Amino acid sequence: MLFTSYEFLFFVLATCVLYYVIPKKWQWMLLLAASYVFYFLAGASYLPYIFVTTVSTYLIARKITSLQAVVDAYIKEHKKELSREERKEYKAKEKKKQWRLLLLCLFINIGILAVLKYTNFAIANVNSMLTTFGSTAKLDFVDFVLPMGISFYTFQSMGYLIDVYRGKYEAEKNPFRFALFVSFFPQLVQGPISRFDDLAKTLYEEHKFNSATVASGLQRILWGYFKKMVIADRMLVAVNTLIKGPEEYQGAFVFAGMLFYALELYADFTGGIDITIGIAETLGIKVTENFHRPYFSKNIKEYWNRWHMTMGSWFTDYIFYPISVCQPMLKLSKFSRKHFGEIIGKRIPVYLSSFVVWFTTGIWHGASWNFIVWGLGNFVVIMISQELEPLYRMFHKKFPKADKALWFKIFRVGRTILLMSSLRMFDCYRDVPLTFKMFGTMFTTWNWNVLWNGQLLELGLEVKDYIILFLGMMLVFTVSMLQRSGSVRGKIRTLAFPVRVIIWYGLFLVVLLFGAYGVGYDASQFIYNQF
Amino acid sequence: MEEKKLSRSRKVLTFCVVTIIIIGSLYLLQKLLVPKYMTDIVEGAMIAEYYDEEHDHDVVFIGDCEVYENFTPALLWEEYGINSYIRGSAQQLIWQSYYLLEETLKYETPDVVIFNILSMKYNVPQNEAYNRMTLDGMKWSSSKVNSVKASMMEDEKFLDYVFPVLRYHTRITELNGDDFKYLFHKDKVTHNGYYMRVDVKAAENVPKGRPLADYSFGETAYKYLDKMTALCKEKGVQLILVKAPSLYPYWYDQWEVQMEEYAKENDLVYINFLELQEECGLDFTTDTYDGGLHLNLSGAEKATKWLGEFLSKEIGLASRRGEEKLETAWKKKLDAYYEEIDRQTKEWQEKQNGGEK
Repeated sequence: MLFTSYEFLFFVLATCVLYYVIPKKWQWMLLLAASYVFYFLAGASYLPYIFVTTVSTYLIARKITSLQAVVDAYIKEHKKELSREERKEYKAKEKKKQWRLLLLCLFINIGILAVLKYTNFAIANVNSMLTTFGSTAKLDFVDFVLPMGISFYTFQSMGYLIDVYRGKYEAEKNPFRFALFVSFFPQLVQGPISRFDDLAKTLYEEHKFNSATVASGLQRILWGYFKKMVIADRMLVAVNTLIKGPEEYQGAFVFAGMLFYALELYADFTGGIDITIGIAETLGIKVTENFHRPYFSKNIKEYWNRWHMTMGSWFTDYIFYPISVCQPMLKLSKFSRKHFGEIIGKRIPVYLSSFVVWFTTGIWHGASWNFIVWGLGNFVVIMISQELEPLYRMFHKKFPKADKALWFKIFRVGRTILLMSSLRMFDCYRDVPLTFKMFGTMFTTWNWNVLWNGQLLELGLEVKDYIILFLGMMLVFTVSMLQRSGSVRGKIRTLAFPVRVIIWYGLFLVVLLFGAYGVGYDASQFIYNQF
Repeated sequence: MEEKKLSRSRKVLTFCVVTIIIIGSLYLLQKLLVPKYMTDIVEGAMIAEYYDEEHDHDVVFIGDCEVYENFTPALLWEEYGINSYIRGSAQQLIWQSYYLLEETLKYETPDVVIFNILSMKYNVPQNEAYNRMTLDGMKWSSSKVNSVKASMMEDEKFLDYVFPVLRYHTRITELNGDDFKYLFHKDKVTHNGYYMRVDVKAAENVPKGRPLADYSFGETAYKYLDKMTALCKEKGVQLILVKAPSLYPYWYDQWEVQMEEYAKENDLVYINFLELQEECGLDFTTDTYDGGLHLNLSGAEKATKWLGEFLSKEIGLASRRGEEKLETAWKKKLDAYYEEIDRQTKEWQEKQNGGEK
């Protein structure tokens, strides 16, 4: 069921109506039922996988919490008899049991994800190696289903499990409530990757119908559809034409395609998240924000703190920090400082952890080398940027006013956008050598006149489409600028009623009339669905 | 308390006014965006014209362009006193014909239904644009619902038929004068369903049909023909199958055999006008306007004359000339009919003279 399908709209409408009609204590149960119906409609064969993740994570988290309770009770009971050292020893011994359970659950769930998502990638690489070594033997590819949203719900569940293991909170007692946390339908498709302590309370509590909240949610949904259907799906036509004709579209076309894809991805992903958060809001549920005007970032590090924020923080909390402070890494750090000096020695563990994080980020996005190279490309750029830090400091010392100058801000924002867009080309062409080749043509094929000689009109978009795209992007830009001083919906709420009606009805008409949907347009899934 | 009540009623009133404005504006927007089919492609306006009629016809034609361009009800009335109407549209598929017939029989019970069987060759939906031309004009009823369901292509949605604005939203950048001119009313584009053309383009080098892998009509096509037969029998209406005298699309001998067999098995009259060209006096150097695909007025009048004779003499339809109500209605229609003949003839002659110059 596509987010942009009539069926989905009807499904959401029916769920919302029922949600406020039934007794409040049943609301979360309705959401669980709706989430499973949604998932079933997406593919009945997906259900066993989400079920296994839910059950295994629930049971093991419960077990870990009960073991922690036993430890706490034992220590409380024997506080006077045990020395500090003995208590520590006992805790460490018991923690090992919990650690083994944690590993088991991670093994089951990351294992499912790895097998379903990465088996064919591994087979392809093995086959390629066999060919390299002159062997004619080939492994057959396997035909596994890839359940919708598996990367998202697996990461969300594993985050919960690790938090329980760390004692951040106790495991949820009610298995059905936990099942809802894993499967909550608006965010099942493309995130955000929520944390249990952020989402659970608002997910399970009773919600009274509040017209202002519902209206606010609907406004957010509408804004999401505007970005998805008016901008992203229209841009998609040109992007597809450019990507599918690498021999024909080189040089300036690649540059145009690179920027088009950056805008498409932004409108697609943020639009999808707006719809997700908006649906949750109409139900009175608060879902974590996933974007904070990322294209206003002044450097890549900042960009990654503002783009797909829940994924970024997940990797930081559950991969970067654990790797950075694990025993082998601490030993390596000590070793490096001793042998390579303080400056290099300090960097090695950080870079190694970052490398793992970006490799994982890459492969999380897709089982292919282009995503891995894309992830590592981000790593390289961030590392270079960090290494150049002293140079930046020198520059700012020499030109102290530059930081506040508008031109310099624009330069930094533009540079970040170009860097990110260049890296996204790996995602675009889905082929590493081809991406490098196409990137190279921007400097070798000198055909910049195609940007204004009418050839952009041969990409499946007409003049009116470019006008709509331009005006659409200007609107998104204006809203982003206004967001700097607070919620735009909040600002609109303070306006006179007729003005509010005109604004929201106007936006509805824009989506209705200029949305790229219906006969003649391919119904396109959100880009992040496939991750 | 009073103030609270007042504030509440003000809110309700505001809500109602806003809702009315929004629904009203959406309705207007939808009307504006839906194609009007008043110039160039007029076929999309044909189906809706039937609802303005007095539903008291002796004969109803059902089918595609082979009926609405090849038979003229005006002549049937003038010369045989037969009150007829054509419910046809471009590439009207057999299930669309069936549901149009079903709908027609809810309005009236004619003595005869004439169905042109060319659409037997289609077993699956063909083209969204043609679907729309047939279906958009129908009033909502169970017949329309079923016809839409049977006709939808893979990328079509039922809701797009319920709210055509969802289908035609892209026309917002293509609106023209017609969209505003015909927002609330439409001109007639047919003469009791007949689409008139007086110009001539002789049939030369009509292509032979390409050999087909399978000449059998499809199951779905037969299913709807059976339904049509059964419905007519149930309603006491005589169903006549015809193959209009169009030279192209090619009518294969194998198809002819199947139709003859079907008519025989179901005790139906079947007339193949392709075999009656001489008897009708059809001359494809003067009686077609598009090289043999469709007849022009001259050809349609010849085919209609033959049919009129047949309906009067063989089927026994009595002339209704003299019925005051019908005479009054037809007087108006015939005036428009001859006016259109004059207009088109003049235009055609001017074009020819211009061409000669």
